Amino acid sequence: MARGTKEKKKNALLSGLREIGTTFKEGDIKTRLSYFIFGLGPILRGQILIGVTLLLCEVLFIVYMAAFGWGYLSKITTLGTTLTHKVGRKTVYGDNSFLILLFGVLSVFAVMALIAIWYLNVKENRKEELLLKEGKTLPTNKAVFMSLFDENFHKTLLAIPVTGIFVFTVLPIAFMILVAFTNYDKNHQSPSNLFTWVGLDNFKNILSFGTQGMGSTFVRVLAWTLVWAFLATFVDYFLGLGVAMLINKKGIKFKKLWRTILVLTIAVPQFVSLLYIMRLFAPDGLINGYLIKWGLIKSYIPFWADPMLARITILVVNIWIGIPYMMLITTGILMNIPEDLYESARIDGASGWQMFRRITLPYMMFVTGPYLLTQFTGNLNNFNVIYLLTQGRPQSMSLKGNAGNTDLLVTWLYKMTVNETNYKMAAVIGIMVFIVTAVVMLSVYNRLPSVRDEEGFQ
Amino acid sequence: MKKKRAIENAVTYAVLIIISIIWLFPFVGLVLQSFRSYATEYGGMVNYLVPKSFSLDNYKFLFSGETNYVRWYANTLIIAFFVALFQTIIILCVSYALSRMRFTGRTFLMKFWLILGMFPGFLTMICLYFLLKQFGLTQEGAVPGLILVSIASSGMQYYVCKGFFDTIPKALDEAARIDGASRARIFVSMILPIIKPIIIYTALVAFMAPWCDYVFASYVAFGHDPSYNVAVAMTRWVWTNDYQGYFTRFCAGGVLISVPVTLLFMFLQKYYVEGVTGGAVKG
Repeated sequence: MARGTKEKKKNALLSGLREIGTTFKEGDIKTRLSYFIFGLGPILRGQILIGVTLLLCEVLFIVYMAAFGWGYLSKITTLGTTLTHKVGRKTVYGDNSFLILLFGVLSVFAVMALIAIWYLNVKENRKEELLLKEGKTLPTNKAVFMSLFDENFHKTLLAIPVTGIFVFTVLPIAFMILVAFTNYDKNHQSPSNLFTWVGLDNFKNILSFGTQGMGSTFVRVLAWTLVWAFLATFVDYFLGLGVAMLINKKGIKFKKLWRTILVLTIAVPQFVSLLYIMRLFAPDGLINGYLIKWGLIKSYIPFWADPMLARITILVVNIWIGIPYMMLITTGILMNIPEDLYESARIDGASGWQMFRRITLPYMMFVTGPYLLTQFTGNLNNFNVIYLLTQGRPQSMSLKGNAGNTDLLVTWLYKMTVNETNYKMAAVIGIMVFIVTAVVMLSVYNRLPSVRDEEGFQ
Repeated sequence: MKKKRAIENAVTYAVLIIISIIWLFPFVGLVLQSFRSYATEYGGMVNYLVPKSFSLDNYKFLFSGETNYVRWYANTLIIAFFVALFQTIIILCVSYALSRMRFTGRTFLMKFWLILGMFPGFLTMICLYFLLKQFGLTQEGAVPGLILVSIASSGMQYYVCKGFFDTIPKALDEAARIDGASRARIFVSMILPIIKPIIIYTALVAFMAPWCDYVFASYVAFGHDPSYNVAVAMTRWVWTNDYQGYFTRFCAGGVLISVPVTLLFMFLQKYYVEGVTGGAVKG
């Protein structure tokens, strides 16, 4: 299968290249000129709208590159060499590594886009020539424009979202991935200082276990991240399922009331409820206060100061957050389980537990499998709960890079960026999060029983 | 047999009541403590739940102009409103295109966005900050800046909405196309009216998110108090030691935020449940 698609892609590429060749060979002068001046063919053939758009792309590219794109792109191998310095009283601005890297990346994307547009331009010429050769007429400009609301409607719909994602997600991610291979940190801040390429040094740092490396810290944070994600997902899931089954039970009244009480947790903004709960468990908080007053304990329980206790408290608070969601989701699905399954099981003399094990659970797992997976990856990156409750604390001497005992990889990444301004390591951690997420996704997704053909739904 | 059922139900009720108490406790506490006066008792942490005397001091403080509370509130409301509006439009557009139309690059786009989604969101913080700064959308301009960032990448959150689109029979579109309706016409006058529940769900989720946005908001608005949102501004009252005694004020502020948001949510709960369960089942 994999080989098949690869082969297909290779063939598509080859035939694409061949098409470019034949178009040039068989094409008239208009087509051939279009290879250099985009859209000239369509303009001369009366397809003003398409032609002008193509031409505009080329002009924009040239202007961008000439104005500053090339200036940055040409320095990308060194990320700048001249420092900002003072000549007499005047400050002479040197290179800015940040800008060089960012606009260098943008320029690379621009070149790629230009190649794609060039190819579209060639194809458009070919299409028009073939149509004319067959004696047909080309669509009018109005028809071309109107097609943007009909068979080409997707282009209209996707133009803004795709642009937005490119500028605010793709470009920054490409930039940060590259930062992982530089020495960009607080000692190499632009514009006063330069940073430069260091190859795989940062990755070696995070995977080296010596006294200098961050290896042991990384492994500990990663381990807690995985444990947290696993427990936060499955404990909440089963407890939520249990609560849903309690509420769904025959003969229980006020079903709506119970649900509404739980759903309050989702409705109230998390920063309010989580910060309140954080203070509830504080040394001078209500829980410790009452326990001392009632004489149950002598001195306060360090819910947030003890590493192990802090982790447990976070998990418990997360149950409070998580159960309502799970309850909502499982309630709907529980009601869909065919009643006659239980009926026949009861006739066979199955106990409640057996029915749960053999009917309810397999059914639930089948239906909610994909959801559990997204929930797991969501928990790997569950910033709010951890950060609002502990900010990753308690700190530990044995952890490097300002990491705390309850830090997840993402909260560590956040601290690296904001508190330490250690951008290079933040980028490395970000890539690690990506790898962990991708590995979990890929290894689980294809094994889910309910992964069906997407078109099967329609 | 009947007796056994009765005992079972009694136990179930007991468990449900205990659960309800646990789940409601933080909210009851929040409301009660917001009425504890700063002047007569203490605004910080105490070891009792019910204040000795009820007062509205904390609420008065919020509107006294001593802090920018009203401003923070307005900022958050503005962000939430515009994010809800534009994010819904964008998600609907993306979902329609991906669900109803087949074009080259469609599967590539979906796979590519899936991969992008695996990168943690804050990874790109410094780069986004720089981009926003170029347009003057940080500090003083943080509010429009936050709106822009939230809606710019919202196209990637199309999953639930597209799943809903997928359940609408395609035969409907085809029949309309035979009658000569264009794609745009079908989208606006046929599909949109049927999918009202998912529109409300999408808008609701988008509206709720900015109220909790701490990470990016604190980074973009850094150091410029009037453009903070409620989460960034009020978190200081709980975390920082300079704000001793601000705890009850935090509670009061929290109540004022929670009440309208919660009411809105409860009012639209039906749609939320529909969206969440639908999204979970379809993956």
